[in-house]
Amino acid sequence: MAESLTGEALVSPPRSLVRASYGDRIFKGLLTLAALAIPLLLGFLFIELVSGSRLAIARFGFGFITRSTWNPVTEEFGAFPLIVGTLLSSFLALLMAVPLSLGVAIYLTEFAPMLVRKPAAFLIELLAAIPSVVYGLWGIFVLIPILRQTVFPFLQSLLGFLPFFQGTIYGPSMLSASIILAIMVMPYIMSVSREVLLAVPSSQREAALALGATRWEAVTSAIVPYARSGIIGAIILGLGRALGETMAVTMLIGNRHAISASLFAPSYTMAAAIANEFAEAVADIHLSALAYVALVLFGVTVLVNAGARVLIWRVTKRGVPGGHL
Amino acid sequence: MRQHARARRGWVTSIPLAIAIAASGCGSGEAGSAAAVSGLTGAGATFPNPIYTRWFDEYYRATGLQINYQSIGSGGGIRQFTEGTVDFGATDEPMQDEEMAAVGGNVLHIPTVIGAVVLTYNLPSLGETPLTLDGQTIADMFLGRVTRWNDRRISALNPGVGLPDAEVVLVYRSDGSGTSFIFTDYLSKVSPDWKNEVGAGKSLQWPAGIGAKGNEGVTQQVKQLEGSIGYVELIYALSNRLAYAAVRNKSGEAVVPSLASASAAAAGVDWAADTDFRVSITDASGPGAYPIASFTWLLIKQDNPDPAKGAAIKQFLEWMVSPAAQNIASELGYAPLPVPVVDLVSQRIAGLQAAGSAIGG
Repeated sequence: MAESLTGEALVSPPRSLVRASYGDRIFKGLLTLAALAIPLLLGFLFIELVSGSRLAIARFGFGFITRSTWNPVTEEFGAFPLIVGTLLSSFLALLMAVPLSLGVAIYLTEFAPMLVRKPAAFLIELLAAIPSVVYGLWGIFVLIPILRQTVFPFLQSLLGFLPFFQGTIYGPSMLSASIILAIMVMPYIMSVSREVLLAVPSSQREAALALGATRWEAVTSAIVPYARSGIIGAIILGLGRALGETMAVTMLIGNRHAISASLFAPSYTMAAAIANEFAEAVADIHLSALAYVALVLFGVTVLVNAGARVLIWRVTKRGVPGGHL
Repeated sequence: MRQHARARRGWVTSIPLAIAIAASGCGSGEAGSAAAVSGLTGAGATFPNPIYTRWFDEYYRATGLQINYQSIGSGGGIRQFTEGTVDFGATDEPMQDEEMAAVGGNVLHIPTVIGAVVLTYNLPSLGETPLTLDGQTIADMFLGRVTRWNDRRISALNPGVGLPDAEVVLVYRSDGSGTSFIFTDYLSKVSPDWKNEVGAGKSLQWPAGIGAKGNEGVTQQVKQLEGSIGYVELIYALSNRLAYAAVRNKSGEAVVPSLASASAAAAGVDWAADTDFRVSITDASGPGAYPIASFTWLLIKQDNPDPAKGAAIKQFLEWMVSPAAQNIASELGYAPLPVPVVDLVSQRIAGLQAAGSAIGG
């Protein structure tokens, strides 16, 4: 922009314009540096993870991803249960959080009385500010007793014929961790979805209503489709948070390197295992295996995010308006 | 308490003396450098962190020497000591031979205090009656082979106790910890099956149960879930008034865990004169010895290339094994070193070297 301006001014550009272009250049340079810092940081992170896990990569290769043994004593490591635990807990969390937070967002933008909208949204955003260790403690002291004594037995009596709801109920389990994760990602999804829905032009809404649509039809046919890509972005944000959450999960998941069909059984996630074992890992191969887990987590996060981006592109390519965001 | 305060004062007054002795022995060239040490840094085990912090604080008040300790975990302690980024390390698990080779064998393990691990359980039907267990039964429980509380192996150890027909729910530490190491080191000694199938370590592949983070996590889980059993540090169980089991030691005596019975475990060790203190005291057999106990160690350079630091560390260690310092340990719930161990450690401290020659004094 600055160059083209000075170029057009031909022979002797006014001094003020030249000065402005210097300022612009410096500003541009600074911003470029700031923007470069992020890929650089990612690059360093990746290099560090690869160099940290070199030993484990050499010993276990890609089999690390599919093997289920995690035995620091015999120094055999495989991350399959951790990967499954991470993906499953995040998936279950989204399964619970997405409908709920979308419902709240739609209610708050379309249906709620004006007086309620702002305070309710503020309260939900406040949930995002609670530290995860507090969620974890609340989970141990409040959520788990309720789940173990009331909710889980009820689920078992209702759906006990499914393998997902069989077995002994201990409290800490895949399902408990997923529920706390759902509570934790809800404010993110709700808050961003709400902003996106607010950005839908009122002409869109009014047009639907003018055509004789009910409120429900206006929401499902005109408003949500318009905001679709933004809502998917909100879900990705929540998913990123769920994949990487450590403290609350490790306090509620039961920390067991095992894959079980039952959601009442203890499980484990990659982030939780790293946090648990890193400080006291003495053997080089143990440390390296943990770095390898971190590398896999990094890879899984990148893949999941890339997948979600592709999803957004496909959605927007279909010609749905409002494809920005 | 009064006596303790007096003992501490006694030591405080003798420290300048110790410094004077150390300085005079170093020759004129190094006399100044011993005083030139402005501070020491250490890093390692989290389990003894409360007592170390207190010791370093007391020592600072007595001598003005600042010792900065970071409780980053035993693994980190060994690593930082090996890399030479700290003046001393601290660990709950002695260094392996290959780890010692990495520092050219220039390391001495100095036992500081004794920690014990207790089995805490939730069996309301027992009331105040304490549970008694033995090593084999504990191992079988944690191997997932004794699955009900009214199993005849448990009831044989507890005649007349009404054990419920309930599932045994095992709770283990999910975070790497010295507590897990002490516990599994014990189980490996008493049960060949445990040794073959699981082994000893800070992080393990547990055959059964659920993992909870930290002593507080295990405690909370056990408190909430009827029929559960887990293991926590003795101090933690004492301060939280948990129900804990008496354990039969090698001589068949059922011993209730306490500071005294943990110290007794260390007193029964048959020390070789040239021991490097890397000794496991689990499964001890002496009278009144609680079998699930262990030392925690400081890692010190046997020959410190920096004479000033070598002298400063030596003086601190001399203070640390003194009755005053060891009394602080029991105040905080750590079992102090028994007298024979203190004598052995003192001898070894006297033999510390700096830059290839003996540290004066």
